[in-house]
Amino acid sequence: MNTAIQRREEVRKSELAWYERMLEIREFETQVNALFASGAIRGTTHLCNGQEAVDLAIASTLNNDDVVAATYRSHGIGLAMGLTSESVLAEIMGKATGCAGGVGGSMHLCNKSLGLLPTSAIIGGGMPIAAGAALAFQIRKEKRVALAMFGDGSTNIGSFHESMNLAAIWKLPVIYICDNNVYGEYSRINITTPIEDLHMRAESYAMPHEKVDGMDIYKVKESLANAIDRARSGGGPTFIEAKTYRFSGHSRADQALYRPEGELEKWQSRDPILVTENHLIKAGKLDSSKVAEMKAKAVKDMETTIEKVQKDPDPQINAMFKNIWAVK
Amino acid sequence: MADMRVRQAIVQALKDEMTNDPSVILFGEDIAAAEGPFKTSEGLLEQFGPDRVRDTPISEMAFTGAAVGAAMMGMKPVIEIMFMEFLGVALDQLVTEAAKMHYLSNGEYSVPMVVRASNASGLGFGSQHSQTLENWVNATPGLKVVTLSDAQSAYSLLRAAIAEPNPVMFLEPRILYAERGSVDTNLKMEIGKARLLQNGDQVTVVAMGNMVNVARNAIKETGISADLIDLATLVPWDRDTVLNSVSKTKRLVVVEESPFSGGWGNEIVAYVSTQLFGKLLAPAIRISTPDVPVPFSGALESRFAPTSSEVSRQIKELVEKNQAPKPWWIVEGVSK
Repeated sequence: MNTAIQRREEVRKSELAWYERMLEIREFETQVNALFASGAIRGTTHLCNGQEAVDLAIASTLNNDDVVAATYRSHGIGLAMGLTSESVLAEIMGKATGCAGGVGGSMHLCNKSLGLLPTSAIIGGGMPIAAGAALAFQIRKEKRVALAMFGDGSTNIGSFHESMNLAAIWKLPVIYICDNNVYGEYSRINITTPIEDLHMRAESYAMPHEKVDGMDIYKVKESLANAIDRARSGGGPTFIEAKTYRFSGHSRADQALYRPEGELEKWQSRDPILVTENHLIKAGKLDSSKVAEMKAKAVKDMETTIEKVQKDPDPQINAMFKNIWAVK
Repeated sequence: MADMRVRQAIVQALKDEMTNDPSVILFGEDIAAAEGPFKTSEGLLEQFGPDRVRDTPISEMAFTGAAVGAAMMGMKPVIEIMFMEFLGVALDQLVTEAAKMHYLSNGEYSVPMVVRASNASGLGFGSQHSQTLENWVNATPGLKVVTLSDAQSAYSLLRAAIAEPNPVMFLEPRILYAERGSVDTNLKMEIGKARLLQNGDQVTVVAMGNMVNVARNAIKETGISADLIDLATLVPWDRDTVLNSVSKTKRLVVVEESPFSGGWGNEIVAYVSTQLFGKLLAPAIRISTPDVPVPFSGALESRFAPTSSEVSRQIKELVEKNQAPKPWWIVEGVSK
């Protein structure tokens, strides 16, 4: 079993692992932000702080042979599904040891053994691809599902509507999960979209839909589990809108100064990490000293990761010529 | 050997691949129940059933993307874009998703899909249903581009395209669908390999699609001894065959149904001129369409793509004077 699959199994088996992985993701994004600011990371980054519950819900509820088409906001879902911090950071830093060998970068993470399709930097790019993967499963009568995750901004692009329609008429085993983090790039949803509850859009495709509290992994998992059951049993697609909030800006150095005062703080009081923490404490699976210990470990692990990855080799020049054409 | 129309050769290729390989599936607009607007999937729904032969909504982006996803999961989708122009709304899925998946997955995923599209002028479909548009896709590493020119290449190249592990854009000049030809179903053609259709020593004529017929007629009219090459695959194009031929004839004419500015023939001419600098007897030239949208009126459309009389005039002039002839719109003083 490779390390990635081992990490996947951890979050599929243990609630505490969800919490641990969320801490890992949060620390990862914090350090990526710092590395970007220092100039150690070039290009762009899109951080997922605040949206970890959805990433972990997906990773821990799907089977290993299901597939996920995600977006350029990819670090969280990649780590949640099992990619190691080393392979993701190395990819973001353009190192040979990255999950795409350094030709992808922050927006393009992939691992076939985890069912993580190359994440797309095109809004709406993954939605029809997920439908197509689901079509393959349906034709071959496999009990697998495909899941497309995307942001609220994606629900205004044609690909969203075309894919939902296609998935509905063909009753494909696909789940569309919208991480409604309130902002599409630099624009608040009310500026770009005439409705707030995006799940209503599925109504016109006669597709089951619901909204869930995207800050609460337990709620997201429950909704996902129902959708997955429906898909596996031939009931077709589902649209889930997870209400979340993007704690960071859209990308790179965006400070998100366009936010109304107090909005961030309001959402931070329902930080998905905090919500999970409270659940676990209430259930007696966690206490404050263990919390402190786990948080310290996340920081320490990331320090080690950075140290290691910074020393990793750059790709050989021939890496750019590889994997353009598949061979029989 | 069987005598069949180009559209029947397409059906036969699809049928044979689907029989050999259960992962081959077809979808597109009106391809199942209606058997294709150009009857290129006649009988396939009946033979292979609705799971493998599907009608889609008019949603090119969704079904092109669905082909990408299905291909990544091990199917071999062959999709039909009714008119090449309709790919415009789905280009992202082909150029930016399909063609990048192998690269971005460190070689883990591949996308064995074929996008068939009818293209080119000549049937009075007007500006938005008559373009060739290879130029939209020919600068995309990771995507192969092929054009049929007769019934044999329709059959053999389509089978090769379906067997390809990479995404292939398969172009079908609509004006050829009804044309008859003999087809040897045992004849294999390779993607990336041009077809040397006739041998000569005074000039090499490179063409693709329906322009192969036009060039063949033109060569006959001139009585000049020419190599005629059907390029067949535009990406990756067969540099060796073209270069070997021009090394021998020392003259190159590319006949293409795409605009004078930016057409794919520039690629051929630039490469050959660079490689054979100082060794050619005449400038390497292109015979193309003028830089105009495809006009509707028969009086205009009949002059739009290179005609055999235009091609023969230019070939003759090139071989006689070893100078680049002017295109008809300059000769006639109607444009620059």
